[in-house]
Amino acid sequence: MTNALKEKIKNIVGPKNFFDSEEDRLCYSFDATPVYQQLPEAVVFPESEEQISQILRLANHELFNVVPRGAGTGLSGGAIPVENCVVIVMTKWNKILEIDNNNLTATVQPGVVTAVLQNEVEKIGLFYPPDPGSMNVCTIGGNVANNAGGLRGLKYGVTKNYVLGTEMILPNGDLLKTGGKNMKDTAGYNLRDFIVGSEGTLGIITKILLRLIPKPTESVTILAYFDKLTFSAKAVSNIIASHITPSMMEFLDNTTINCVEDFTHIGLPRNSEAILLIEVDGRGSIVFEDSEIIKNILKKNNASFVKTEADLTEALKLKSARRSAFSALARRRPTTILEDATVPRSELPVMIEKVTEAGRKFNVTFGNFGHAGDGNLHPTCLTDERDKNEMERAHKAFDFIFNEAIKLGGTITGEHGTGLAKKQFLEKVTGIPGLEMMKKIKSVIDENNILNPGKIFSLSPRCEGTLPHNIRQFIPGK
Amino acid sequence: MPYSASTNIFSDILPSDDVLSQCIHCGMCLSACPTYELTKLERSSPRGRIKMIRSVANAEIPVSNIFAEEMNFCLDCQACETACPAGVRYGKLVEAARVFVDETFRKNSLKVRIKRFLLRRILADKNNLKLVSRVLRIYQRSFIKNIFEIFGVLRIFSRHLSEISKLAPKISGFFSDEKISLFSFPDAEVKYKTAFHFGCVMNVAFAEVNLDTIEVLKAYACEVYTPSEQVCCGSLHAHNGDIDFAKKLAGKNIDAFKQEKFEYLISNSAGCGAFMKDYGYLLKDDAEYSERAEMFSAKVKDVTEFLYAKNPARKLMPVSVTAVYQDACHLVHSQKIKNEPRELLKSIPGLILKETEGADVCCGSAGIYNVSRIEDSLHFLKRKVENINKVKPSLVIISNPGCLSQIAFGTEKLDHKVEVMHLVSVLRGSLYNDFSQKWKSSI
Repeated sequence: MTNALKEKIKNIVGPKNFFDSEEDRLCYSFDATPVYQQLPEAVVFPESEEQISQILRLANHELFNVVPRGAGTGLSGGAIPVENCVVIVMTKWNKILEIDNNNLTATVQPGVVTAVLQNEVEKIGLFYPPDPGSMNVCTIGGNVANNAGGLRGLKYGVTKNYVLGTEMILPNGDLLKTGGKNMKDTAGYNLRDFIVGSEGTLGIITKILLRLIPKPTESVTILAYFDKLTFSAKAVSNIIASHITPSMMEFLDNTTINCVEDFTHIGLPRNSEAILLIEVDGRGSIVFEDSEIIKNILKKNNASFVKTEADLTEALKLKSARRSAFSALARRRPTTILEDATVPRSELPVMIEKVTEAGRKFNVTFGNFGHAGDGNLHPTCLTDERDKNEMERAHKAFDFIFNEAIKLGGTITGEHGTGLAKKQFLEKVTGIPGLEMMKKIKSVIDENNILNPGKIFSLSPRCEGTLPHNIRQFIPGK
Repeated sequence: MPYSASTNIFSDILPSDDVLSQCIHCGMCLSACPTYELTKLERSSPRGRIKMIRSVANAEIPVSNIFAEEMNFCLDCQACETACPAGVRYGKLVEAARVFVDETFRKNSLKVRIKRFLLRRILADKNNLKLVSRVLRIYQRSFIKNIFEIFGVLRIFSRHLSEISKLAPKISGFFSDEKISLFSFPDAEVKYKTAFHFGCVMNVAFAEVNLDTIEVLKAYACEVYTPSEQVCCGSLHAHNGDIDFAKKLAGKNIDAFKQEKFEYLISNSAGCGAFMKDYGYLLKDDAEYSERAEMFSAKVKDVTEFLYAKNPARKLMPVSVTAVYQDACHLVHSQKIKNEPRELLKSIPGLILKETEGADVCCGSAGIYNVSRIEDSLHFLKRKVENINKVKPSLVIISNPGCLSQIAFGTEKLDHKVEVMHLVSVLRGSLYNDFSQKWKSSI
């Protein structure tokens, strides 16, 4: 990127919002995704919709790339810079603009930290359920862009279930408004839901309208230990089949238990093969009745120990311990590659087996944990990116896991997004027509492919004239 | 940009790639970091700084002004260590980076040389420190100070100098080492053999707190051994890039405290306690000291940590006061001591302990940060004082000298009428029933 062009960008956002030192570029060359890294040309903090719009227009004119970024806690590489790009950071857009107690909605800027919003709405008895593991750091904008899930997804769904409307600057610089406070809206294509999970490839989100729900008044947290992985998986299936929907049902295997215990010191059972952390919530006595039923199912499924945590602070400790699982696994090895293959819930026991098999087959170590209740596992490969041989085996193991998940009717990513890390597997899930439709949409909305290009999928290079061919190949007409 | 790691003699200062690659840049530290909170720039965040350190260590980038600036902007409060599930010991990394920065820039920086002179020749030398303190004491108590303040004389030289003069802890009327004898004995039978480290700043500026500590230990049936040969713990040196000198001081302390004479070494200063607990690590490669350093460190206890695990031999007398406790970073983050001081305070009848927002967030004192980076420090202090003021306590309780003078300065500057006390002084007041008259319970 030429200095003259950098000057133009600097003029748009002002010198205090423009960073292009070696150190700044380095610090924005990565997000939470292992292995991927690329230096951006510059990093900017725009202050208004107008500035974002001007940058995107300039990008189309001068043909440089733009990568939007929130807190940089994504795990699929959505915020990793691409070549010749400017990173647009939205973390300073962190105002909660309105909490509407009559319509049960919140209007926020994209840089609001998820946990901050949750605390604010809970003060007035409302509830915003999506709770990704990084909720103390990650932003709503990033959550919407990746359709983030979380522990409570089992009962309450994921981010898309709470987005009522968005405002977004399109790649051509126009402002697109979708949705609104209406609970029903069938006017035209459902663009709003289409934006959720678009991973910053279709526009830069500048405002979000969220649906809130009343806060549950009662909750019970149950912790169960198991001596065998299969017992815990079976217990999960039985609970789902009993028609009770806990608000969360989390699974941790022995490796994860030990790493989390090293960090939190809350007395998790280091010798258990698996634990389940279950929360039931709602209003009134039914919560307690359900929790009794669940406890019985756990005992019937050979849980070696079952306890109810009545104390809210202790329950909170257990949940935040679970949220630290991914990072805590880094205590074992310096590179933790975490995936989120998801299968229909009934297939969970098979999937857990397959992860163990992958570890054995390719001689790599896995820590496994995840949202057992919604079939969303996070098999995490504990490795070292500096060991090329081991990394290759790790990739093969994931290849195996993804293929097995798809065979079981599952998907390659439940809540982290496709980004860079999983785009090579996308076609297996969407099929060719699905992938082609996505590519067509992208090329219509972002004509010059300047906004977060190469994420989710790569657009095929446009060739003019005859295609290069292999001389041994049969060529029609010759 | 004079040096890069591969080409200079200091490259062994920075941690190895194995240590640096422990950080998986997940970002869980971001919300805990006060400097990131302020700038919202990744380079002011723990994971950004680690990335830069790693790049410098691998000779990918040179030691630049931005690098130096960010290493020194860090408060070294270690809140990120508490937040880090992967267990990265960030404090060690940033301290090593500071050594690297100082070594790189030393030749042309007067500031580095002045800082080093003050730390080595004044702070670490008990007699010099007392000499300076006597001068400061005379100044603080004289009418010259009032005249200076009224006419803003210091402000003429520098606005900072005038602030720093107010920030300086009030020098005590006496120095504690001169009043504490080699052995202090409890009235009752001796249950525990303790040793006491009276510190450098604590000794000259918080002499009363040191005497209170001895009294409280006595009330817990402790014999207290206080050798006068002990020296400054060296933490400020290590945190400011002078590891070699810190090692020397550590050696002197290990020699001064005869190990057979005590089971626990008590510190009432969070920073000193944290650092002395690390002597084992600091001297791990030292043939002469490594073994003794390990044993020494194992005996170090913060005063709150020690007392919490024991029962007092005297009765705690009721008081009547609403108080808040503010964590010292080197207690809550470095030593993971969070509950002990709170539980101790709750055991005092009549003391109502309220929690504040951000009790475990750095006040900006951070060693000598409040002197070397006063503008930044005041920002952190302001937020701390505002949070305290929200719950309107009449007493703020702290367990570390740096935070004590910083928060006292802050509450005064922002005009919040509140008393600031060290935790052991509060305990002493209750144990010996000589708590400030206005807070004595009428029960």
